[in-house]
Amino acid sequence: MNSIIALIAAAGTYATVLMFGTMGEIITEKSGNLNLGVEGIMYMGGIIGLVAANRYEAMVGEAASNGFIAILFAIFGAFIAGALAGLIFSFITVTLRANQNVTGLAMTTFGTGVAKFIGEVMRNKLGGYVSVSNHLKEAFSLKFMPKFLKNIPILGPILFNQVHFFYIGIILAVLIYLFFSKTKAGLYLRAVGESPVTADAAGINITRYKYLATMIGGGISAIGGMVYTMTTAGCVWIEASLSGVGWLSVALVIFCTWNPLNSLWGSLLFGSLMIMYLWIIVPGIPTELYKILPYVVTLIVLIITSIRNNRDKQPPASLGNNYFREDR
Amino acid sequence: MQENCAIELKNIRKTFGFVVANDEINLKINRGEILCLLGENGSGKTTLMNMLSGIYQPDSGEIFKDGEQVAIRSPRDAYGLGIGMIHQHYHLVDVFTAAQNIILGLENEKMDLGAVNDKVKDICDRYGFHVDPKMKVYDMSVSQKQTIEIVKVLYRGAEILILDEPTAVLTPQETDKLFAVLRNMKKDNKAIVLITHKLAEVLDVSDKVAILRKGKYIGTVNTKEATAQSLTDMMVGRAVTLNIDRPVYDNPKDRLEIKGLTVVDNEGINKLTDVSFTARTGEILGVAGIAGSGQKELLEAITGLYPVKSGSIAFLNDDGSRNELVGKTPMQIRQAGVGMGFVPEDRLGMGLVGSMGMTNNMMLRSWRNGRSIFFNKKAPQSLADRVWKDLEVVTPSTEFPVRRMSGGNIQKVLVGREIASSPPVLLTAYAVRGLDINTSYTIYNLLTEQKMNGAAVMYVGEELDVLLQLCDRILVLCGGKVSGIVDARTVTKEQIGLLMTSVEGNTKEAKDE
Amino acid sequence: MSEKSKTPLFRLVKRVKGDMMSPRKALAIRVASVVIALILGSIPIMLTGANPVKAYGVIVVGSLSNAIYLKQTIKIAIPLLVCSLAIAPCFKMKFWNIGAEGQLMFGAICSAFFAINLGGKIPSFFILLIMAIAAALGGAIWGFIPGFFKAKYNTNETLFTLMMNYIAIGMVKWLQGGPWEGRKGTQLVPTFHKSTFLPEVFGVQCGWIIALILVIIVHIYMNYTKHGYEVAVIGDSLNTARYAGMNVGWIMMRTMLLSGALCGIAGFLILAGENHTINSALSGGVGFTAITVSWLSQLNAFVMIGISALLAIISKGSKTLNQRMGVPSSVAEIVSGILLFCMLGCEFFINYKVVFRKKSEKEVAA
Repeated sequence: MNSIIALIAAAGTYATVLMFGTMGEIITEKSGNLNLGVEGIMYMGGIIGLVAANRYEAMVGEAASNGFIAILFAIFGAFIAGALAGLIFSFITVTLRANQNVTGLAMTTFGTGVAKFIGEVMRNKLGGYVSVSNHLKEAFSLKFMPKFLKNIPILGPILFNQVHFFYIGIILAVLIYLFFSKTKAGLYLRAVGESPVTADAAGINITRYKYLATMIGGGISAIGGMVYTMTTAGCVWIEASLSGVGWLSVALVIFCTWNPLNSLWGSLLFGSLMIMYLWIIVPGIPTELYKILPYVVTLIVLIITSIRNNRDKQPPASLGNNYFREDR
Repeated sequence: MQENCAIELKNIRKTFGFVVANDEINLKINRGEILCLLGENGSGKTTLMNMLSGIYQPDSGEIFKDGEQVAIRSPRDAYGLGIGMIHQHYHLVDVFTAAQNIILGLENEKMDLGAVNDKVKDICDRYGFHVDPKMKVYDMSVSQKQTIEIVKVLYRGAEILILDEPTAVLTPQETDKLFAVLRNMKKDNKAIVLITHKLAEVLDVSDKVAILRKGKYIGTVNTKEATAQSLTDMMVGRAVTLNIDRPVYDNPKDRLEIKGLTVVDNEGINKLTDVSFTARTGEILGVAGIAGSGQKELLEAITGLYPVKSGSIAFLNDDGSRNELVGKTPMQIRQAGVGMGFVPEDRLGMGLVGSMGMTNNMMLRSWRNGRSIFFNKKAPQSLADRVWKDLEVVTPSTEFPVRRMSGGNIQKVLVGREIASSPPVLLTAYAVRGLDINTSYTIYNLLTEQKMNGAAVMYVGEELDVLLQLCDRILVLCGGKVSGIVDARTVTKEQIGLLMTSVEGNTKEAKDE
Repeated sequence: MSEKSKTPLFRLVKRVKGDMMSPRKALAIRVASVVIALILGSIPIMLTGANPVKAYGVIVVGSLSNAIYLKQTIKIAIPLLVCSLAIAPCFKMKFWNIGAEGQLMFGAICSAFFAINLGGKIPSFFILLIMAIAAALGGAIWGFIPGFFKAKYNTNETLFTLMMNYIAIGMVKWLQGGPWEGRKGTQLVPTFHKSTFLPEVFGVQCGWIIALILVIIVHIYMNYTKHGYEVAVIGDSLNTARYAGMNVGWIMMRTMLLSGALCGIAGFLILAGENHTINSALSGGVGFTAITVSWLSQLNAFVMIGISALLAIISKGSKTLNQRMGVPSSVAEIVSGILLFCMLGCEFFINYKVVFRKKSEKEVAA
């Protein structure tokens, strides 16, 4: 039991990565855009976030650097990178009406390429690994909740012994949920994803909503990549270790039935699966086989959700389709 | 210029590729009047109105609102000018409630659903309809959805309402109710445009009729001075007889025997309940009913495409032996030697492969022939050539993707293929939907020809006048049940209209018939 | 008239019959998009301080200029071409198989099993035959599983095939660090016995002949066989396929079996043709790049030869570029990504036309 709690508590950071990735893609998909390029976007977020923090520190000097500002730089840098990727995706699929599946795959190739490229260029330029100084590293991984909260049995370590990105993620999930259910813009966005013809006839600017949702969604996904490099990876760029995270996020969107609140526990579950091999040792199962567990679970989840068809838990009705007003 | 003129169109022109959809159209829409826009399918009515609602942009020409020239670039612009259009295919989000749908796209509206509900109720009381703002659209009937569409438009303060074929999916009773509402609006000094090709409605409800033919504006007449024949002549451009030839076939035999057929959809809802009837050789059996009464499921169940829960579908061979079709796949039905032609409702989504040419589409019925792993293209090629010539299909070549053809030509390709093998059973769903009168008559003739060749033809249709003239017997469906089987030669339109909305009491008679 | 200016400056019109762009013009647009992609691709090259013209020169020279480079380029192109061929029928069916990587890997695992256990024990011809069959079967199984669930429950095949990739790669990692590990701690499987090496023809492993034969077979399969017809109909409309009496589920599974088998063969060609051992980097991302190739070739098997050659040139050339000019070889991924973006986007200019306000429609129509 204790090891399970310790596992879930430790999974918080990894869960945060998935949480951002998933929430971003939920926003994108609500607009009817199926962006399969999350993998590439999170790669880009991972490297740009690191580079942004690193450049900020180089700019003001190690002594003058402030953890909070470094975090802002990292968030901002990653967000911009993801939003740009979303912009490219929107331009090609919304304006030029190309196939979304293939464009998303191209985005994956492009994004991972860009991230690896930047990582290598920076490494060449700066010599050795790109990183930030120790006090900034600490700032990124700081678990700031007061001690007495951390010490609450069971809930303490799970809920209060987490990095600040974890809480930002929770707040964001609630905000996104409220946005979809309570605001007019949220309602319109859902209408765009459900039935663009209807939204268009109602005078909603489809193009604007699709662009904005995809860009903001891409930006949020990219923050997930940044969280990974700046916390789990210890503020260094290890390109291979991000592999698969973006795809898991896409799978999680289905698992969460397009509800941002579900992404909270969904990502905690998958975060736990990702690091379970470190915490719960099962004799007789080799580590490398253990590591594929989250992918196997994803498969099972995919199968189960496809068998159980529920009307209220369907993807946005026009997900993956492009819209052309005069095409009817 | 009269004061009551709300909208004036001048020299409007719109083309799609080489097809001229609207050619130099001039039209006036007046307040306090119901104007019918009459024309055959493909005459450009909807295209013209879509330019008023901001869906399309005219290539050239001018639009005036209250004497001032305006440009309508988007549906938003149209609303701004007080123009609201109720499209033939409803523009509603299924997973939203009525209220959510109504406020969709409104600029200055708060997300205050309480206030919305009040205002909706206000509108309903004023014109006499009923709406539950909290109901989700996927739980609504077609007529409820249409009501939401109208309320949506009124909510936006529209003073010019355009309705595109609003009665196509309504029962006669619902149609009457709609017309009552429209008359109330007319009294309220709104300008109303009704797009239709049904003459009876035109004569019933409108004040003026504007006629389009092949994209050209023919003229506007006062309804009082018009007759069905005069309107038809204007619509078609020459004097036409509205009669369909209905020869009698000697000694018909039972061909298809359906007993106690019940089918259930994915969500466990009965789509057909205990349906029984017999289709005979040398006979066109019409199927009437409001849209979604189980017509689609009936034909698909017979062809093996829709799973059957209980009941039997038997094909009776000439030698008296029976082939049970329930539980067989379409391929097994074919392999059992049961010839069946099927013209489904969704031509490109089900009957044809849109991206392929005529030849490859002909192959859809024969691709399996022969033992070779390669398909044989010769037979479908010659069939394609034959259909191309015999049915006067307009296409550059037999390789030209059928998706890019016009609706009438697509239907000719489909019907041509299905009757090519002279199947003993021919099922058709909405075979003339979207076709002009000439093509429609071509199709009627082809079906009658098949009937006289001894085929058992089933004709699912929406226009009662056609059903009454074309068919020998008419099966009426209501809510997935047979509400009556009547002799098309003696029954009246009103009787069928009643059957379409009520099941009780008639089923017995039908069985005796 | 001032209101006139309110009509939009330009608007889009979809091209319809009689108004399609001429094939020559369409080709010109596609070529232009490639050129634009190369120009855009030069931006990252410039960022590293290198001269893009020179860099592209190095890419071409570094992949084609001498026999060694050429052979290496062909080696990259072979599995790429085979995987692209494998993906084509799936994409034609609108089945988004992005699991070529995993199918290749699992095929390679099955193939390696026999290479390890039979290597040197039976004649080379038989062992290669067994390896090839094992690879095809392995790939087929890996492809069949997502096909089965798609056919039965409409399970999302994109994510399914993708997860299968990670599972296959995980298995290889386990094998190379566990049961098949050579010297303890190396995490490497020892090189196979010589009898498992594919013979060379003109100095390159004979896989290129197999690949070219497969091009013809796949071309015929997709265009002239009943199977190919079924696949095309399903890709256009599932309901039409059912209407025509096709067993849609089985056709999906069958196509995935074939696709997986071809990917497996690609794995065998890498294994027996160049790698001679198995490790998790075996595929080198071929399965993903093949998606690009398939799509860019518009599923035309012959065009795939050209496109996979092009991408192999970029891939091999970028390695030379890295050695000579210090430009990271990941530039190859960026350039292929941009290439794909541009070619996807350019179809728009072929299928739609822009109509400007002032221009009279009659001119255009005439």
